[in-house]
Amino acid sequence: MSVEDQVGEILRRHQGREGALLPILNDVQAALGHVPAAAVPLIAEALNLSRAEVHGVVTFYHDLKGAPAERPVIKLCRAEACQARGVEALAPLFENDARIEVETVYCLGLCASGPSAMVGARVFARLDEAAAQKLIGEVAA
Amino acid sequence: MRIFVPGDAAACAVGADEVAAAVGGNVIRNGSRGMFELEPLLENEAEAGRIGFARVTAEDVPAILDQGREHPKCVGPVDELPFLKRQTRLTFARCGITDPQSMADYRAHGGLKGLERAIALGPEATVEEVVQSGLRGRGGAGFPAGIKWRTAAGAAAPQKYIVCNADEGDSGTFADRMVMEGDPFMLIEGMAIAGLAVGATYGYIYIRSEYPHAVRAMQRAVDTARRHGLLGRLLGSDHEFDMEVRVGAGAYVCGEETSLLESLEGKRGEVRAKPPLPALEGLFGKPTIINNVLTLSAVPYVLAEGAKAYADYGMGRSRGTMPIQLAGNVKNGGLFETAFGITLGELVNDIGGGTLSGRPVRAVQVGGPLGAYFPPSEFHLPFDYETFAAADGLIGHAGIVVFDDSVDMARMARFAMQFCAAESCGKCTPCRIGSIRGMEALDRVLAGTEVAANLALIEELCETMKFGSLCALGGFTPYPVMSALKHFPEDFARAREVETMA
Repeated sequence: MSVEDQVGEILRRHQGREGALLPILNDVQAALGHVPAAAVPLIAEALNLSRAEVHGVVTFYHDLKGAPAERPVIKLCRAEACQARGVEALAPLFENDARIEVETVYCLGLCASGPSAMVGARVFARLDEAAAQKLIGEVAA
Repeated sequence: MRIFVPGDAAACAVGADEVAAAVGGNVIRNGSRGMFELEPLLENEAEAGRIGFARVTAEDVPAILDQGREHPKCVGPVDELPFLKRQTRLTFARCGITDPQSMADYRAHGGLKGLERAIALGPEATVEEVVQSGLRGRGGAGFPAGIKWRTAAGAAAPQKYIVCNADEGDSGTFADRMVMEGDPFMLIEGMAIAGLAVGATYGYIYIRSEYPHAVRAMQRAVDTARRHGLLGRLLGSDHEFDMEVRVGAGAYVCGEETSLLESLEGKRGEVRAKPPLPALEGLFGKPTIINNVLTLSAVPYVLAEGAKAYADYGMGRSRGTMPIQLAGNVKNGGLFETAFGITLGELVNDIGGGTLSGRPVRAVQVGGPLGAYFPPSEFHLPFDYETFAAADGLIGHAGIVVFDDSVDMARMARFAMQFCAAESCGKCTPCRIGSIRGMEALDRVLAGTEVAANLALIEELCETMKFGSLCALGGFTPYPVMSALKHFPEDFARAREVETMA
């Protein structure tokens, strides 16, 4: 399916919904792994917005990406509670592994079980060096 | 015999799904009891009560089912564990006990009584009940919920909205997530009561995207609630209320109420200037109640048991209970709901058991990334909105992050500025630019460059951010920075030595 068809299908699903832009963009991101530039005018027209308005929203939110990730992504929490539990000592393991892309997030709500990470909709906690290596290996495979 | 294995994200993150699969067919995926060191906590219902097994793996399951209390991972009757026994659970009364997706279970444990009473009382008396309870906004600002409700109730408009702020982005907090995953009908009931009280017929719950388990749980629960008359025509009465789940896209600032409303409208999550108050001109310009998950979740109890029953707990102007979250480097981390007034030291040392690392506690940050750092010399402070404000701090969403003596407080101050820079919506200058300049100035302090001059600059900058920012992100970032400077000057002085040596 082309980008146009996929975006068109998503737009139909949200037709008539109030404040539909963010749900649409979240769906596009989930379906295509990013929000392609080609999708912006389609969404703008469907919602009677300017392209600049849609572009402004896409660039505001951390989850919405302009380009697809080149490698599998691990989101690593580096907020205070995970810092207190040692994530900074663990972070280089993720950062120096060329097989994956590590993205910093601030808080996964697992603050009594950190360090923690998320891959897609799966969460991982109590990460130590061995668990981190195992996770990276699984994600990279 | 029923077996429980939590479906809570923090349990799943340490293998609860695999444990549940090993138990098989009739396992109940309850919420978490909030003792995260014990997860995955398998519970086996026996005549004597529910017997717990801590840190269970899938491989342990056959032996646990076979040996019962003889198994080495048995922690005995869960309700007798001191961490739970010491709590006063009003909001979390059902969490971890019931099947969160079973309406029958919800009803059997006191659910829907609040809504039934609200229907009997009618809108005005329902608002007054919330006013009388003394319930204050649990998201952080502590504004009296009843006053907000009264304002929205008094506004005349063809459409009003209830918005639940479930954008729980503060590090060290997870109570909202636990409610959504562990007792979602309570939140829906609270929103329905709010709708009835102020004359709003539609609601949105805005959940952050980092909480996929909570999103799924709430979506399922909303569908179930509709089938059982908890949404739609409320319990068959003349009051209408329906709602939907919306998901954020990774912006911390959307936890600020006006930014959240912008985001719901499909815009950049930029903060709005107030006034107008959302209660008068909120979502799509209509009167809107926007409350935190914990605020709305406290409402069913207030209505079911009466305002006085709730207000009897607490101290000063902080009435009721607070679900406090112990996090970071703490031995017994988790959810501890108790009446206001408990001291910081009791929470961190007696209940939390000190640090997980076993080293001395050096600092605690209370109230998320915008909250102040306190040293153990401030542990006498009772948990209360006014006391914390007087001590140049805040209780915020009641997250407490514990640090041991390996923490470098100058680095934590720098992180506060870095976080503000990363998450600023960009609308106001003190926050957008001040955070960057603050980060740079702290980098110079850390490098030992003109330390005294840079510290003076940081203090001045913090003043500007505190009084010149539109919302709490820029306005409260000075709390962690200034408290670190005030209580831990030696960490900044280390850099000074570099200067003298140079």
